[in-house]
Amino acid sequence: MNDFAFKIATVNGTGSASANGLLMKAIFRMGIPVSGKNLFPSNIQGLPTWYEIRVSGKGHTARRAEFDLMVAMNPATYARDMEEVRPGGWVLHDSSWPLADELLRDDVTFLGVPLARMCNDRFDGARARILLKNIVYSGVLAALLKLDMEVAERLLTETYGRKKALLDSNFEAVRMGFDYAREHFDCPLPNHLEPMEANKGHILIDGNTAAALGCVYAGATAAAWYPITPSTSLVDAFQGFCNRLRKDPETGRSRVAVIQAEDELAAAGMVVGASWVGARAFTATSGPGISLMSEFIGLAYYAEIPTVIFDVQRTGPSTGMPTRTQQGDLMTVAYASHGDTKHIVLFPAHPGECFEMAVQAFDLAERYQTPVFVVSDLDIGMNDWVVPTLEWDDAYRPDRGKVLSALELEEMERFHRYLDVDGDEIPARTLPGTHPKGAFFTRGSGHDRFGRYTEDADAYADVMERLARKIDGAAEALPRPEVHLAPGAQLGIVTVGGCRGGVLEARDRLLERGVAVDVIRIRGFPFGREVREFLEGHRQVFVVEQNRDAQLLGLLTLETGVPRERMIPVGSWGGMPLTARDVIEGIMGAGVEVGIVVEEETPEAVELPAARECRRRQV
Amino acid sequence: MTYIPKPRVRHPTLPTNALGLTRRDYEGSMSTLCAGCGHDSITAAIIEAAWELELEPHRVAKLSGIGCSSKTPTYFIGAAHGFNAVHGRMPAIATGAEAANPDLTYIGVSGDGDSLAIGLGQLCHAIRRNVDMLYVLENNGVYGLTKGQFSASADVGSRAKRGQVNRLEPIDPVLLALTLGGTFVARSFSGDKAQLVPILKAGIRHRGFALVDVISPCVAFNDHEGSTKSYRYTRDHLEAAVEADLVLPTAEITASYDPGAARAVTLPDGSVIRFRKVPDDFDPSDRDRTYAYVRGRQEAGEIPTGLLHLAPDAPDHHDFLEMVETPLVNLSFEELCPGADALEDVLAAFR
Repeated sequence: MNDFAFKIATVNGTGSASANGLLMKAIFRMGIPVSGKNLFPSNIQGLPTWYEIRVSGKGHTARRAEFDLMVAMNPATYARDMEEVRPGGWVLHDSSWPLADELLRDDVTFLGVPLARMCNDRFDGARARILLKNIVYSGVLAALLKLDMEVAERLLTETYGRKKALLDSNFEAVRMGFDYAREHFDCPLPNHLEPMEANKGHILIDGNTAAALGCVYAGATAAAWYPITPSTSLVDAFQGFCNRLRKDPETGRSRVAVIQAEDELAAAGMVVGASWVGARAFTATSGPGISLMSEFIGLAYYAEIPTVIFDVQRTGPSTGMPTRTQQGDLMTVAYASHGDTKHIVLFPAHPGECFEMAVQAFDLAERYQTPVFVVSDLDIGMNDWVVPTLEWDDAYRPDRGKVLSALELEEMERFHRYLDVDGDEIPARTLPGTHPKGAFFTRGSGHDRFGRYTEDADAYADVMERLARKIDGAAEALPRPEVHLAPGAQLGIVTVGGCRGGVLEARDRLLERGVAVDVIRIRGFPFGREVREFLEGHRQVFVVEQNRDAQLLGLLTLETGVPRERMIPVGSWGGMPLTARDVIEGIMGAGVEVGIVVEEETPEAVELPAARECRRRQV
Repeated sequence: MTYIPKPRVRHPTLPTNALGLTRRDYEGSMSTLCAGCGHDSITAAIIEAAWELELEPHRVAKLSGIGCSSKTPTYFIGAAHGFNAVHGRMPAIATGAEAANPDLTYIGVSGDGDSLAIGLGQLCHAIRRNVDMLYVLENNGVYGLTKGQFSASADVGSRAKRGQVNRLEPIDPVLLALTLGGTFVARSFSGDKAQLVPILKAGIRHRGFALVDVISPCVAFNDHEGSTKSYRYTRDHLEAAVEADLVLPTAEITASYDPGAARAVTLPDGSVIRFRKVPDDFDPSDRDRTYAYVRGRQEAGEIPTGLLHLAPDAPDHHDFLEMVETPLVNLSFEELCPGADALEDVLAAFR
């Protein structure tokens, strides 16, 4: 109970998203840890789409790729969908038409419901029939999985409450499915839901929405962006929250500028411009946008202008797979732009951290007068996650860094923009229009510590060397890594961002088998001392990340000086969120001594043949 | 370029404006452009316009991209905040800055390579957004810093210094701006300060994007026989079609002009643009007629100059974004952060 995964295969544009969202939220409201992964195509209508829901009483919310139940609603993908069901599992399908013989398997149970026929008989209009079919299968699932129908109906009321006719038909559809399943099948299935109390004080939210709220709360007043999946919803959410929370009560006008730019080059420039005059400004984009923004990122680094950039990663290179997740931008964001540059990067692992790190990003950008990246990914940004409720401390005040006031300028002998007066590598800046003494020329061309144009080697190097010290010096001010230590562990895992769930689950499952590993999850770049200590303190370290070229491992090699040989790359990068199995297989298959190895046949063993072979090699 | 501070010597009889500043106070550092460069004349016109408008130097933001023209903000209003952006991307910097703090006076200087080739998209969208700024396009038809390549404004048949003939159609910034709904479209010549200064002043006071295309010959690479952007060619073909003056609100009472004799357009800030000379069959408020007029004169081999189109009351960037009047940078954190209680309310939808 409360430990299973099911997958819903539909066609995009048929309204299944709202039904799937309803199922997720109903399970969440039953107090059970749950996660949902929306695997959607880069398309509006007609292509296959899937929604995976994992229920885990233990709170493991990483993707699980073995499904107990498949809701097969798309004949176009029947063949591959049937294959993904574990032996002994179930397939729910539309029995309005017979299944082809070659699809049948003897090791799974087929549950046929004549969904199309039921909808055609009961509802009018082609669109309504298609839409309500999703609600009917939701009703079937409610019976099979013992979903609390009261919760489901309350959710329907919240969604359609104002539209009586719609609410009635949805109620009827969900009941139809529920009753049919109760009548024809042995309900509930052995794998079903049991109410828990695990979600008290929790919310169900996606990372982009949480990041957008963070921007509102940090006091951001300017957002410039260009639409790109999977970051679009961040700015959409920001605009939505501003419509609600940032209107002048008297005039109804906005206390914010949300500018849809003509491209990412312009978006980055607008953010730099708005920051230059003193606004808290940000953009949100994905890999292709980062490529286009790189020139301005270099300018902001060199001219020392605060800039906040959210990179919601998708698979690259080039257009890649726009609706699939990856951690393929790690190396790019760390050193974005030509010339010698290095940037502060924050890595949230879930929506809760998207909210917190959004706020931190503005503080860091202004304190260090430099671009700060918040790097999430499609899985974090667009999928719903159960996280502790977001909290806000009303005592918070923005860290604006060193911005000289008119009074301070008045009392100064002379202001020099890039002169490190305090010995902390951070000169003071002025905002245009503050005071005649504060004027200077901001430029991306060579400049000396006084802000003057230069082509002199020493004067140029003087500023560049300070910039290097400034960014490296920021390492200890960044969010500390998350560390989990296991007694006696000689192996370590270093990971980042959305790999968190898969890594922690893998750690638990490895421990069950007697393999102890320590885990460090990096939350900021440049790396702090804990990262180096962790690398030095373990015989062997597995670096778990989601890209082909082991980019995090590369960064660790470049930045810490720890020998490359000590680190082994592990991960998956084909566009799907990381599973614990990916991690376990990678570690067990790496061909290194993992310590205690358990006997061959463990009840909890990983099912995959590949994994078994790996273990055999160990023994 | 080098940084050479000019000696600060003030002659007691130099005229001052209402702020007590002389023209010298609106100068910048020494120009490092070639002797005779049209850009330096434009710099002088900007200095004159800023002095006459009594702009507070530190309340001016001067911006540019990359190229010879983009060097010039260093040479005027030394006490203003400057921003030398990346190539062709000054409009984005200006758009963001002006959105967040509209209380500054924004003067952008760009060139034909910066604006019409690498930065064409940014220029177009800044025009569409009607960002409140003066945008001076110093147009010489050639890339100077890289030594003589044709730019996108080079005319068909124009001959480069090394002999090649341009065969590509030019992008005409005036026609472009008219097409995109520009609200202030002017063309002038670096050698016609009498026409240029009033245009610059009017452009600064205009609420919206003021595009001023200034033909500005390049003495090093495009001032030879066969060039259509040389001093000689420009002087021979230029037709100062429209003459206009800016009359500030304070001066209006004493201004001696007869409203019946010339057309006058009042700007939102109360200043008046008085058209002294307007061709027959021409109406600066009628975008289509202006377009037809400019095309017609060009077909006849002329370069008509002046303030060619004006829509003083068009909505600007702030109107499109429905923003509050208070500059965003002046809003207090209390006005921006909704607080913990509001967060509770927002999160109710996520439970």
